[in-house]
Amino acid sequence: MIAIVDYRGGNLTSVARALEHLGHRSEITDRADRIRAAERVILPGVGAAGASMANFARLGLTEVLRDDVIGAGRPFLGICIGIQVLLERSEEDDAQCLGVVPGVVKRFPAMVDGRPLKVPQIGWNRVRQRRAHPIFDGIPNPSHFYFVNSYYPAPADPSLIIAASDYGLEFCAALARDNLIATQFHLEKSGAVGLRMLDNFCRMKA
Amino acid sequence: MLAKRIIPCLDVRAGKVTKGVQFLANVDVGDPVAMARYYYEEGADELVFYDITASNERRGIMIDVVRAVAREIFIPFSVGGGLRTLDDMRGVLLAGAEKVSIDSGAVRNPALITEGARAFGSQCVVLSMQVQRTGNPRCASGCEVVIDGGRTPTGRDALEWACEGERLGAGELCINSIDRDGTRLGYDLEITRSISARVAIPVIASGGAGEPRHLLEAFTGGLADAAIVASIVHYGEHPIPQLKRYLRENGVEIREAVNLERNAT
Repeated sequence: MIAIVDYRGGNLTSVARALEHLGHRSEITDRADRIRAAERVILPGVGAAGASMANFARLGLTEVLRDDVIGAGRPFLGICIGIQVLLERSEEDDAQCLGVVPGVVKRFPAMVDGRPLKVPQIGWNRVRQRRAHPIFDGIPNPSHFYFVNSYYPAPADPSLIIAASDYGLEFCAALARDNLIATQFHLEKSGAVGLRMLDNFCRMKA
Repeated sequence: MLAKRIIPCLDVRAGKVTKGVQFLANVDVGDPVAMARYYYEEGADELVFYDITASNERRGIMIDVVRAVAREIFIPFSVGGGLRTLDDMRGVLLAGAEKVSIDSGAVRNPALITEGARAFGSQCVVLSMQVQRTGNPRCASGCEVVIDGGRTPTGRDALEWACEGERLGAGELCINSIDRDGTRLGYDLEITRSISARVAIPVIASGGAGEPRHLLEAFTGGLADAAIVASIVHYGEHPIPQLKRYLRENGVEIREAVNLERNAT
């Protein structure tokens, strides 16, 4: 069973629908016992890092996610806000995050080369794979994925960055460390390449 | 750099696609779900559905359409037409749409933009505006905002309303030229460009695409981030893969849609 963490973040059902389309069973849940018992955990979402952290705390999920799932090395996939909360801190509302990945979450620059940069980034951006990873099995390099974000993760350890994109500057589009995988782009809205990556996550050896 | 988006538009009345779309082999052309799947597989970057159902009682049918579409396609899509309240917006978002498109409802009640952005995030709120060269001297950009499907002029300047919409929290602007709609003469590049040059949110050109070069013009001279297509794709003359090839050959950053799904899942 794959647990999709319900932290009132929105956009949960689109991930569930994508998994259903791929033939994988999943459950949207906010229950600590269900999340602990799941074979794999997906943390999707739209919203703000601070509000998400507050919801984890209110639902009693902070330690479950940080220690019982990620700390214990269980297969974990974070999407969009689900990548940002992994870092130590976000510039968005100066929010404290889970801190399982050293580094911070930064806002895109307002101006690039004297021209205003459109923020949030909304649309399809080219994602370059920096190194081989099972999550990229069958994915052409580069490929376009769908992004909606004003902030981006900046891990302190660049070797964790498995894919990068450009938007005003080069930023981390996906990171991985052992069974922890996270993408800034929306796998569930990125057409065939997004579905394939979701499928790859569901098939990776636990 | 973001790829320029091609967004097919489907008008839906009482659960059926209304514009005559006769070309699609093996597709029930009236069925919005089948058409959405067709365009998704063709490589559309996003879809938009306009609910042109006249009466409120039948609004529920559209929610069922949205729910069914969301099970079949895995790219963003927006829903517009007759959304007047936060609850209307919530309904289509919960049913699986990525964005809502608000139009006359936002002109009558501009707070709807701000409330929607606060409740769902500005990335969910597309301010769609119908603009027309009415000759109103108060409209310095040359275009006036009209509502109710183009029947009612508002006296508002299109460029001013666009900037106001951005300030109120809209995440994207869709500029639909009433003058060009259905003419296949090309987008109104002038108003699209004036708005795009002034705002820091994505601008979608709409109304008038009839030839592949019209999309190229929208993305270059018009400074548009995305383009709505209707009859240019609905009648099969210019399928999306062909439009994309043409744009790519002309130096436009375009998403390559690939078909990779495993067969045996």
